[in-house]
Amino acid sequence: MLRYTLKRFASLLISLAVASLVIFFVIEVAPGDPASFMLGMNAQPETLAALRSELGLDVPKWQRYLDWTGGMLVGDFGTSYTYRTPVAEMVAARLWVSLPLALYALTLSTLIAFPAGIYAAARRGQAGDVTIMAATQLGVAIPNFWFAMMMVLIFAINLRWFSAGGFAGWDNGLWTGLHSLTLPAVSLALPQAAILARVMRSALLDVLGEDFMRTARAKGLTSGQALRRHGLRNALIPVLTIIGLQFSFLLAGSIIIEQVFYLPGLGRLVFQSISARDLIVVESVVMLLVFAVIVVNFAVDLAYAAVDPRLRARS
Amino acid sequence: MRRNLIIGTALSLLVVIAALVSFVWTPFDHTSLNIPAKLQTPNATHWLGTDHFGRDIFSMIMVGARTSIAVAFVAVGIGMMTGVPLGLWAAARKGTWLDEVIMRGNDLIFAFPSLVIAILITAIFGAGAVNAIIAIGIFNIPVFARITRGAALSLWEREFILAARVAGKSAARISAEHILPNVMNLLIVQGTIQFSLGILAEAALSYVGLGAQPPTPSWGRMLADAQTLVSIAPHMALIPGFAIIVTVLGLNLMGDGLRDYLDPRLRVTRT
Repeated sequence: MLRYTLKRFASLLISLAVASLVIFFVIEVAPGDPASFMLGMNAQPETLAALRSELGLDVPKWQRYLDWTGGMLVGDFGTSYTYRTPVAEMVAARLWVSLPLALYALTLSTLIAFPAGIYAAARRGQAGDVTIMAATQLGVAIPNFWFAMMMVLIFAINLRWFSAGGFAGWDNGLWTGLHSLTLPAVSLALPQAAILARVMRSALLDVLGEDFMRTARAKGLTSGQALRRHGLRNALIPVLTIIGLQFSFLLAGSIIIEQVFYLPGLGRLVFQSISARDLIVVESVVMLLVFAVIVVNFAVDLAYAAVDPRLRARS
Repeated sequence: MRRNLIIGTALSLLVVIAALVSFVWTPFDHTSLNIPAKLQTPNATHWLGTDHFGRDIFSMIMVGARTSIAVAFVAVGIGMMTGVPLGLWAAARKGTWLDEVIMRGNDLIFAFPSLVIAILITAIFGAGAVNAIIAIGIFNIPVFARITRGAALSLWEREFILAARVAGKSAARISAEHILPNVMNLLIVQGTIQFSLGILAEAALSYVGLGAQPPTPSWGRMLADAQTLVSIAPHMALIPGFAIIVTVLGLNLMGDGLRDYLDPRLRVTRT
């Protein structure tokens, strides 16, 4: 297990290093100098040069790369070009919206998908299964931002149960915060739940065909008991992979939904920073998201190996 | 389950036909403004109503189908043209550093949040259909590379490949003449799925203003226009939404149907 962990950890470090290089150079080739963007077309060359040196744009590229990555290792993400505040603070503030939103959506998606997928697998081929599968087909086909607009139309404009946008903040209590994240979370969760329910169903169906399930029935367990004690646990592996992937997707993928609901999250931060050529913020947020994906994948890999010794032996 | 294939193909064809017909005929000119006729709900003259500029929504949907199909088609093309050869190459050199580099490269692309990168690319190099295509296409590469490699690896173990090797064929020729035809079915099925994902991605990018630019009509931008008017003209939001859902649903059903049709062994365990 230790060797496996070290090996996976080494590959994690390489992935992070390569990812940071790619992000840095993609953004470096971007046309548009942040300093001239900030000062406008008629800036004096001296002013421009002064600002460039203040922003640290006058040092060689490789040194800026090292400064940037070195800083991130100790939690210093640099200073925003436009707001002149530490990027780490801006990101932290936005994480307080995006992270709870992602977790909220993931919880909803799991709460919908597990019962739906298990029910469909247990009633395979029957009316309940067919209905749930048809619903998931529809769920996968609905663009989440369109669904969000429909939710606003129904629940915010017509029924007035929720506000149509904005975030109330956590200072007014947990309930107020969650309340204003409900419509965005539901919009994000629906397509994810559809995917997860399909994975859950097919993983269970695969397991139900196994010999140990027949043995479990043969020793006298009812089909429900066999499913709970032996089926579910074995079916969870592919399901956990998808949940891991969905979490990172939700963290990054909420960008469009944040746009619909005017939520001050990470996605909107990236969006605003791109249009303001605030490249250091863009670099840092993208790196943070990639970091999250890579670390989640690493954790999922380790969790598998802990659960399933066969995976350790194979690599 | 031939039903999925028939319904899916019918829905997909409907959208393709609408796009093709729009080149020669639409009920109205999709760009012509007619303010007195603005915000009409569906009626005999304007079958799907009009938008806030009095443009005919039915015509815009028809022309918008062209944009969606073109963007998704080329994006899938980029993914296949690049990903499939990479996957074949990795499988042929299984276990070598080349295989490792190709597969780790794929993992790396997977680790990037696709939508954020797509937004980054379109923002840096300019919003527009071409950059949207590239942004969506890049993320199709690892999908096709991975699926090709996976299928090719098991084929390399088979006797008919051994026979081809004994006959003295090179790895490249075996890949092209024996492996590729045998993974084609999988690629077609994955292609329809990526096509539908491409349509969703294009709609999302256009919605935030980074996809096709005016005056090119696009379903995503129609939705963006509709957002502020959703309380007074819900049909402006409903109709492009339905267009996207019908297209994506059609493609997904067709993909499922094709998978069952092309490979009877998979009929048992469908996801």
